Amino acid sequence: MDIIPRIPINKWTDTGIKSLQTRFADAFDSMTEFLRNFIEGFQERLLSIPPEVLILIIALLAWRFTNKKVALFSVIGLYLVHNMQLWNPTMETLAMVFIAVFICMVIGLPLGILGAKNQTAHKIIMPVLDFMQTLPAFVYLLPAVTFFGLGVVPGVIATLIFAMPPVIRLTDLGIKQVPEELVELGKSFGSTFFQMLFKIELPLARPTIMAGINQCIMLSLSMVVVAAMIGAKGLGGEVWRGIQRMEIGDGFEAGLAIVVIAIVLDRITQSFGKSN
Amino acid sequence: MDKLEIRNLVKIYGHNTDKALEMLKNGAENDEIRQKTKQVVGVRDVSFSVKSGESFVIMGLSGSGKSTLLRCINQLIKPTAGEIYLDGENLFAMPPRQLLEVRRKRMGMVFQRFALLPHRTIADNVAYGLEVQAVKRAERKQQAMQAIELVGLKGWEDSYPHNLSGGMQQRVGIARALATNPDILLMDEPFSALDPLIRQDMQDELLEIQKKLQKTIIFITHDLDEALKIGERIALMKDARVVQMGEPEDILLSPATEYVARFVEHVDRTRALTASAVMIKPRAAVYPKDGPLTALHLMEKYGISGLFVTDRAGHLMGYLMADDASRLVKKGEKQLVNALNKDVPTASPETPLADLLDILARTQIPIAVVDEDQVLKGILVRGPVIAGLAGERSGE
Repeated sequence: MDIIPRIPINKWTDTGIKSLQTRFADAFDSMTEFLRNFIEGFQERLLSIPPEVLILIIALLAWRFTNKKVALFSVIGLYLVHNMQLWNPTMETLAMVFIAVFICMVIGLPLGILGAKNQTAHKIIMPVLDFMQTLPAFVYLLPAVTFFGLGVVPGVIATLIFAMPPVIRLTDLGIKQVPEELVELGKSFGSTFFQMLFKIELPLARPTIMAGINQCIMLSLSMVVVAAMIGAKGLGGEVWRGIQRMEIGDGFEAGLAIVVIAIVLDRITQSFGKSN
Repeated sequence: MDKLEIRNLVKIYGHNTDKALEMLKNGAENDEIRQKTKQVVGVRDVSFSVKSGESFVIMGLSGSGKSTLLRCINQLIKPTAGEIYLDGENLFAMPPRQLLEVRRKRMGMVFQRFALLPHRTIADNVAYGLEVQAVKRAERKQQAMQAIELVGLKGWEDSYPHNLSGGMQQRVGIARALATNPDILLMDEPFSALDPLIRQDMQDELLEIQKKLQKTIIFITHDLDEALKIGERIALMKDARVVQMGEPEDILLSPATEYVARFVEHVDRTRALTASAVMIKPRAAVYPKDGPLTALHLMEKYGISGLFVTDRAGHLMGYLMADDASRLVKKGEKQLVNALNKDVPTASPETPLADLLDILARTQIPIAVVDEDQVLKGILVRGPVIAGLAGERSGE
């Protein structure tokens, strides 16, 4: 039975993480510092806008890009959030989600393009994405804390791991789905790599890429509560506190606010993929 | 001079083509190569050359290798072996940057399913090739508008492709290929996706545009009628080879293989054949060398009831009936002129038979085929015309 001795993956992981921690402590510290300033700065920016004004802006956006129904829902939903006195944690969550999604796009779009263009890169990226998507969040939450301390930064890092895969996958897919004849069109008229990308492939892949970004937003929101367990406050923090203190009503209210944000963001970003 | 010359072009699909290429050079068949090496032969040993301003049609059924051949010309598909000369430069050996320039400035491609970019207006679609070359916006717009007007789409420049019908979309495709003013147009079954009536209109329009611009056209089709209409020369492909190459009438009247013969069987020959293909040598009396007696003698000799009369330079003067000739002989007159029937049906050598059939049915005398100087080139009589329609070369 024991012909092969136990392979100590656990030990390897422990030592690996420890050596990373000691060797790159400064790098992690400055990265944490940078991210925290970035996120908190954005939170303050959002909080400095009066709730009524922000509600109006979001409703106008919804009206412009979708329809009156979504605009009306935004007004009612967001006002309800304000009314439940959850405005501040909502803005904290929104800031976290936006920053996470922004970083997902900055890293995910180029990787998706790379995967679509290069078969070897595709073969390396895809299993890594499978790994990121299926590894239970709790498993990487603790290492995130050891590297980045408690608070909003490890929350964003954990969100990145969880929410980035659809951006990469759907960018890759979207570019591969561009009809062969249009690729030939680009080539036959002498387009360079970047001309192909920006004039033909990305515009045609846009609906698929937007679906990926939409998924990224939704997944980021669903990580909010999990991230709250390592101190990332926001609406997740409210839910978490409600659970811990058995204040079911408070927890439900915060949960409801997450749903409202999710629906508003979903409808607006979905429309980016459709309209011309 | 030859604009484009293809020499011994071979395309073998697969990762390990060396052995397959060697087998091909030793004369192995496509199937044998596929079974032994798992490599698929797309084009085998094709050579041809196209003159500047010529319309060259490559014809064959799907899977015959015609699209592969076309894509080898602009290197969308990298050939396995062979040479491709454009104005004497070998494209196959060209560095990528230079090839890019060739694609940008000297070749334009038209696609079967139009390949329009749905997110761009018609004007921006047409200007694509110019945009890639970084032509300035104003100039781009002007050149694109010229091309749009040429294909008759003026007024549609701000629409999007989905607002246009198939025929109009392909006009955009043609305008786009013309906008960069290339020497060569590569047209990959451009009209196959269109309704038959629209297809014919587009063919006529292409011929019209070609008359004005005199581009070198490489045109792919699976439709023989289309090939005969568009092509000044046609290459017929089967199983990755060219099985016959020649002018439309060569292919119609002397098919090189059984396969070609079966292909041409169903062609509308009345449209494909012209007067020159089925006319026979005229047996004309020459005035004033020949008098009525000679004319009668000729008629008797050939067993015919009339003769065309020309002057010494071959210009058609009229038709002489046997009765009139014998009347002249009885009167002892030597002048043919007064007895000539000057109202004879004529046709030019390029007139398609379709336009001549009903004249041929009504008239008692043959149709005279004359060139623009009224020189008699040949005559059309029912027998050889019917033989030609049935697919036989006319007897002299």
